[in-house]
Amino acid sequence: MSNYSIQSQKLSKLFGRRLIFKDINFLLEEKALFGISGPNGSGKSTLVKIIAGLVASSDGKIIHKNSAGEIIPEKLHNHIGFVSPYIVLYEEFSAWENLKIFAKIRGISLNEERVNNYLVRFLLDERKHDLVKTYSSGMKQRLKFIFALMHSPEVLLFDEPTSNLDEEGKTVVYDIIEEEGKIRIVIIASNEAKDLELCDEVLLLEKFKG
Amino acid sequence: MIAKSYALFKKDFCSELRTRYAINSLAMFIIVAISVILFSIGNETITESLTGGLFWVVIFFTAMSGLARAFVSEEERGTSLTLQLIASPSTVFTGKLLFNVILVFCMNLIIAILYSALFERFVVQNFPLFMLTFVLGNIGLAVSSTIIAAIIAKAGAKGTLYPVLSFPILLPLILTCVQLTLFSFDGTSFEEAKFELAIVVGYDVIMLTASYMLFDFIWKD
Amino acid sequence: MIWKIFLFLLLTFVSIAGITFPIVEKPSTWYEFPFIPGLAENAKIIFFHVPTAWLTVIAFLMSTIYSFKYLLKKNLDDDAKAYSAAQLGLIFCVLATVTGAVWAKFAWGQFWSWDPRQTSIFAILLIYGALFALRSSIESEDKRATLSAVYSLIAFITVPFFIFVMPRIMKGLHPGSAEDSNTGPIVDFQMNSSMQLIFFLSLIGFTILYFWMWQVGYKSIIFRDKLNKQVMI
Repeated sequence: MSNYSIQSQKLSKLFGRRLIFKDINFLLEEKALFGISGPNGSGKSTLVKIIAGLVASSDGKIIHKNSAGEIIPEKLHNHIGFVSPYIVLYEEFSAWENLKIFAKIRGISLNEERVNNYLVRFLLDERKHDLVKTYSSGMKQRLKFIFALMHSPEVLLFDEPTSNLDEEGKTVVYDIIEEEGKIRIVIIASNEAKDLELCDEVLLLEKFKG
Repeated sequence: MIAKSYALFKKDFCSELRTRYAINSLAMFIIVAISVILFSIGNETITESLTGGLFWVVIFFTAMSGLARAFVSEEERGTSLTLQLIASPSTVFTGKLLFNVILVFCMNLIIAILYSALFERFVVQNFPLFMLTFVLGNIGLAVSSTIIAAIIAKAGAKGTLYPVLSFPILLPLILTCVQLTLFSFDGTSFEEAKFELAIVVGYDVIMLTASYMLFDFIWKD
Repeated sequence: MIWKIFLFLLLTFVSIAGITFPIVEKPSTWYEFPFIPGLAENAKIIFFHVPTAWLTVIAFLMSTIYSFKYLLKKNLDDDAKAYSAAQLGLIFCVLATVTGAVWAKFAWGQFWSWDPRQTSIFAILLIYGALFALRSSIESEDKRATLSAVYSLIAFITVPFFIFVMPRIMKGLHPGSAEDSNTGPIVDFQMNSSMQLIFFLSLIGFTILYFWMWQVGYKSIIFRDKLNKQVMI
């Protein structure tokens, strides 16, 4: 639909002088369900953050492209939706206010219908006007999916998408992943076999230790 | 970009209204600092130059007690990653700077009013010069403290580190502003004060440019 | 090895010459220094004080340049070089401040009088202090390197302000400063050729010493980093 592509060229990352991974190459085009797996400390989150442009790589690069050409780092955040346990939303605001603030800071208008649909789907509709402070960790995790999906980005990055979720929540998330995987690039970093089963292709990070 | 930064500023403003974290402590800090000075002076009348100096001393320490909040609060709660996902670095810096500029103006206005009410020798002869110094000084103070706040937010021992890192950076600005404040007490004309004014303008412009260029490095992990 | 011996001989000669050569009204032989009004015997500190102040500035400059290089290339070796330069800069800064203050006690009557140069070197001392405080409060190597590099760049751009601001706000007492009428720019004409020779030899000697110490410094930092890594794995 948008000719969006992500290409990784000889990507390497060092923490200080310690090697995390090196020479990772892949190319994802238009739509994909791409998994990243590896033991704890193998750099799954780091790789996802590098793809999202949150962390700089030590060597090599990630190229995001759409039909208009290469996307500059300053604008990359507009094309990405990101879910992970280490993302924190503003606790002193309600879910609805959070989403409204995010839309404004992104400079887009809030698509109320779309957001309301998601709120219903993620079972948050009844409590959307409560402060996030009062939410359980599972509810916060579900809200993060709306945060990632609300601006219909071309790339979805899910780092441990099902952590903190109950069975009901997991089903919703799996549905969403399958749906979105048909129309855009979805990257999942996880150790759970069930998460990775959904993927067309899985990258094993322990193979890139050099 | 201005609209996005303004949205970020509004977020901080609403958040501040709900938590009242900075406002309360800043107001108390101003009262405490000024009363300590008044107690230590006692019944003596202090000279003009000392009044001008003490004015900027209170401004400096008040800024040090409150301005770090803009970035430290995001970092402490872990929301800086969220912010990175929804805004470009320049938007974030503009929004935070806007918040700090307004905070600095409000608190320094209160300090100036209290000073003119409580200190006998705080008599401004050349009012336009004083206002210009005040505005330019506040902008410089806000810019430097915002970029240093971004640095210390990523480091440990935030509270003590902030004044330590800021002081050498703010020293030229504060020294010049003290000088200009004394000029405004003496009724010196703009013509004679233009060298000092040029220095403050230069400081503001250079610090602002450098901050925008260097903020990317600080903001990205 | 040869140049280390050369350096040793050079610094020995400079130290002995700087301290023992007499100051006379009208120098006739090569080992006599001229009498400079207002400075007299105190003038001899120039052989030791000026090189330390010069190296403070050089170290500050090098630390900034390598910080900048680190931000461009993200190579931790550059951070080690900047850090090592800053460490030496702090040492020379303290030496320059102390020798200057001791001299000031005899020349101006008190150790400290907020002369523009004194204030400037005090500001550099503060910047170095802040830089080390910042470094010690950050655990992660990359973050420490990046943040301290950014801080040294910000600190560096305030330096021109000190140069312009200070002389306007405070009266200069320091020899060679604009308001100083009795000694003038010393290096130009009031030193005779032998004094100039010793002065520049001292400057060269101290500069070589600095670069040697700097090399040893940054190499040891890099070695220590690599050793720490091996122990951990």
